[in-house]
Amino acid sequence: MKTVKKLMRYVSTRRFSLIISFISALVSSLLALYIPILIGKAIDCAVGVGDVDFDSIKTILIKIAASIVIIIITQWLMNVQNNKITLGAAHDLRSDVIRKLNSLPISYIDSHQSGDTVSRVISDVEQISDGLLMGASQFFTGVVTILGTMGFMFYLNYKIALIVICITPLSLFVAQFISKRTYSMFALQSKTRGKQTAFINETVANQKTVKAFSHEARSEEKFHEINERLKTTSLRAVFFSSLVNPSTRFVNNIVYAGVCLFGALAVISGGDELTVGTLISFLSYANQYTKPFNEISGVIAEMQNALACADRVFEILEAESEVPDGAESVDLPDTIGSVTLDNVRFSYDKSKTLIEDLTLEVGKGKHVAIVGPTGSGKTTLINLLMRFYDIDGGKISVDGVDIRDMKRHTLRRSFGMVLQDTWLKAGTVKENIAFGKPDATDEEIIAAAKAAHAHSFIRRLDDGYDTYIGDDGDLLSQGQKQLLCIARVMIALPQMLILDEATSSIDTRTEMLIQKAFDELTEGRTSFIVAHRLSTVKRADVILVMRDGRIVEQGTHYELMSKDSFYKQLYNSQF
Amino acid sequence: MLKLLKKYRKECVLAPTFKLLEACFDLTVPIVVAAVIDNGINGDGGSSYIIKMVFILVALAAVGMAVATAAQYFAAKAAVGFSGDVREELFKKIQTFSYSELDSLGTSSMITRMTSDVNQLQTGINLFLRLFLRAPVIVFGAMIMAFVINAHIALIFVVAIALLFAVVYGVMFLTVPLYKKSQADLDSLLLLTRENLDGARVIRAFAAEEREIADFDKKNAALTKMQYFVGKISALMNPLTYMIINFAVIALIYFGSRQIDGGIILQGSLVALYSYMAQILVELIKFANLIVTMSKTAASKKRIDEIMRIEPERTGSDISDISQKIGDAAVSFDNVSLRYGTGGDDVLSNISFDVRRGETVGIIGGTGSGKTSLINLIPHFYDATGGTVYVYGIPVERYDSQTLLQKIGIVPQKAVLFKGTVRDNIKWGNENASDDEIIDAIKLAQGYDIIEKSGGLDREIEQDAKNLSGGQRQRLTIARALIKKPEILILDDSASALDYATDAALRRAIKTVDATVFIVSQRASAVMGADKIIVMNDGEICGIGTHDELIRSCPTYREIYFSQYPEKEADA
Repeated sequence: MKTVKKLMRYVSTRRFSLIISFISALVSSLLALYIPILIGKAIDCAVGVGDVDFDSIKTILIKIAASIVIIIITQWLMNVQNNKITLGAAHDLRSDVIRKLNSLPISYIDSHQSGDTVSRVISDVEQISDGLLMGASQFFTGVVTILGTMGFMFYLNYKIALIVICITPLSLFVAQFISKRTYSMFALQSKTRGKQTAFINETVANQKTVKAFSHEARSEEKFHEINERLKTTSLRAVFFSSLVNPSTRFVNNIVYAGVCLFGALAVISGGDELTVGTLISFLSYANQYTKPFNEISGVIAEMQNALACADRVFEILEAESEVPDGAESVDLPDTIGSVTLDNVRFSYDKSKTLIEDLTLEVGKGKHVAIVGPTGSGKTTLINLLMRFYDIDGGKISVDGVDIRDMKRHTLRRSFGMVLQDTWLKAGTVKENIAFGKPDATDEEIIAAAKAAHAHSFIRRLDDGYDTYIGDDGDLLSQGQKQLLCIARVMIALPQMLILDEATSSIDTRTEMLIQKAFDELTEGRTSFIVAHRLSTVKRADVILVMRDGRIVEQGTHYELMSKDSFYKQLYNSQF
Repeated sequence: MLKLLKKYRKECVLAPTFKLLEACFDLTVPIVVAAVIDNGINGDGGSSYIIKMVFILVALAAVGMAVATAAQYFAAKAAVGFSGDVREELFKKIQTFSYSELDSLGTSSMITRMTSDVNQLQTGINLFLRLFLRAPVIVFGAMIMAFVINAHIALIFVVAIALLFAVVYGVMFLTVPLYKKSQADLDSLLLLTRENLDGARVIRAFAAEEREIADFDKKNAALTKMQYFVGKISALMNPLTYMIINFAVIALIYFGSRQIDGGIILQGSLVALYSYMAQILVELIKFANLIVTMSKTAASKKRIDEIMRIEPERTGSDISDISQKIGDAAVSFDNVSLRYGTGGDDVLSNISFDVRRGETVGIIGGTGSGKTSLINLIPHFYDATGGTVYVYGIPVERYDSQTLLQKIGIVPQKAVLFKGTVRDNIKWGNENASDDEIIDAIKLAQGYDIIEKSGGLDREIEQDAKNLSGGQRQRLTIARALIKKPEILILDDSASALDYATDAALRRAIKTVDATVFIVSQRASAVMGADKIIVMNDGEICGIGTHDELIRSCPTYREIYFSQYPEKEADA
């Protein structure tokens, strides 16, 4: 129920709409129930030849018309207000979540599948809004209608009212009985469907491999087997669940016949002062009495679903954000670029220390090369310098200031970063290069692209700098993406650089040209380079050698080569 | 696609027929009630007549339930069976697509068609079979009954039904396109959200959080505004239909009471007319829902048809026996050019070379220089736009694709493995391989350590091989190609994630394999020892020869080599 309370916060901000919606719902449902009584009375005024009371009929018809006008106005008001409330709540939720996502620590993002988070932000929020809308528009009116019908029926004739009230629950019971039985069939269906989807995903996404190994027939065989199973389970689930409708309708029809029987007999006996008109009113009540019950049970299922979705959304909203910048955190507009690591201790998994007592002094303009075999944790240092992760002990300072005392934006802006993972925004080439400097002029953008040797391939794209890069960036090769990432850094060049040298993505020729640009770029700039190329390593002022996540050696190329080091082993293995 | 429905012809006829019967029973009820009033209450039938009539009502209810159940069964059977068949046809169709067709379709679009579009088809067909006859029969049946009772009053029905149709159609006409638009808005929000997650590091490194949020806010507000606008229009539907029906009831009573006064109709008839009016409203709303569902279904069907309609490129042909090998060239390219799709530039042009059986060929060059495009032509993954590719002296397009692929072991750049055991995965290369053969292949690919201490050949590989590192994946895909004992082995930059030592060991091992080998790489060290090195630049060959020849004659090769071995530059 805590979730309900949290959700209510998003709903209750539109209090005025809520009140209007409630009043409208009350008025329209009660009036709608009053109309069958009026109609019954009107019919009583037209019994037979020469026995028609036109004056009374006219009065009654005017009353009906007035009621209709009020009902449609209130109904429309209610619908519009409900829309306003639920769409507003969805809007606010999404808006809160996106802010949250941008304040969550990178460790959260690293440890949660992005597809899952996206579906929480998009489809879960949609479902919450749908559920709320159904709840708002049907729950309250349903309750009012049920109570109102009971009241009106007792007012008309308590005996027949009792018949209706006693038999109707039978239809709910039948519906419940069936849906309980079908639940397990549906569970089986979604399980089978999930299996099939996973298989489809895997096969179709790697269709080229399937073809290259002439594996089509065997894949089809496996698909056929799952598909047949899905057909069987689906048929059962779909058929049995669709029994609810005929069964409840049957019970309703029985109620209808019962009312007809007892009502008609009562009219003839005349004992209860029951008229044909009253019988008609009753029959229409009997017809619509179960409808709100079914609706409410539908609403409850929908609301439960909405609450489950809300739980998933609140999980994100309640995750712990990055420690906010302190009030006294400093802005360091122009860094000189000296970096000191002082007894730094860090690990991702707190039970296993990775970095211990790392002390390193990097003067302005010095180059640090980080080397090691694949998977040895070379990117860890980048995570720490950028404060994507916070260290567990010790101190990292830039220009003598502890980075934890700096504003995050200042710190991050003072580093230019090119990672191996070439993420680009869905947008034009131009927008991507200007990512770090949104107010850049076209000349600046082109200059940066030229410096990154990206200009020539960009020019050849269909729309040049205005070419739209989709979310998967499939239009560009891996190498071209990397070049754009470099141009993105070129446009606003900070005093310090973090570079992850590409291994296989950029070809050697291009890389060589890039390297030249990087040499000019890194000249006089403090640089941390995850290095794959020996020339970079040899020229570095300090080499950090990583192995299994730890920094095992530290020194210059000649220092490390002069002793029997892991570095020497690595170096020699290249030949 | 609809021809698949033929299999369910019986169900497709029976389901609506039973629904039709049910509708007829529903239409009979008001007549029975009218008889109760006119003959039982107002007439002289008395209680025995009433009881008889009520018995008919109960019977109608029971028979109605029976036919409805039958209808639901047949509808479900047809819908589930048909959509299952469509799914299978789709899957089979996708299996026949060539590389270029796969390129142009895109993975995610194929997957959504096979899953959510087919599910929508199932829902749509099911609902359609149940409702498409029932709703019109009730609506028009009620109108006809009204005419039977009294033609003058029935005119009220005609007007009411016309107005109802106008309102329902009007509201849907206005809202359906708007709903589509708001769906598109939602998609762009989804894209932005994904970006904020996948690009979190870069966004934060460039301190661009505020801009991303502002971007999101703008789109979020646009979406909400659009949804609100659509909601306002569709909120009109219920009140308006309610109003039409009830004003029709007012007219009914007004004119009906005159007819009663004149002795033209009886009181019970008026009651029956009133019940028909109520039935029309209920069915009409169901019908409106059916139309919404059907328009969604039609969109899904269209998307599925797009795939079904593609005629797969002609593959395979006359030659399935390649015992008659012509000449001693294993692979030859004769002035080959290639262009993907219809637009764009040639990715390969003027490619000509011969490779003798048993030779090792290195292919080196920059990104986008056409290395992968070149080797993809050997197994005929793509049709060359110009020129001819020969394998054993026969143009590749004349081979039956199975036959050709049997001879070729390919290790693609992207190291793809499938959920299942290591054994299952390696067996993709050779279904009949024994465990010993599999282990030999893995050892040859330098991957024995991957399984040695972690479950052997039974080691489970997760979906997308998430539990393996890039290098482990590459070595297993190499083993999968080696187990085929291919005559032609193609390694497309497939050692990029290996460290230099493993890479070198792998190269030594490959040397022992009796096959024509193509090694694509960006490392000079990987191709240096080859019998022949092809240097690619911008889609063209800019040098062919041994390492020593190329060092002397090919500036591009020299540039690449010395960038990786700067210390050798001084010697040269």
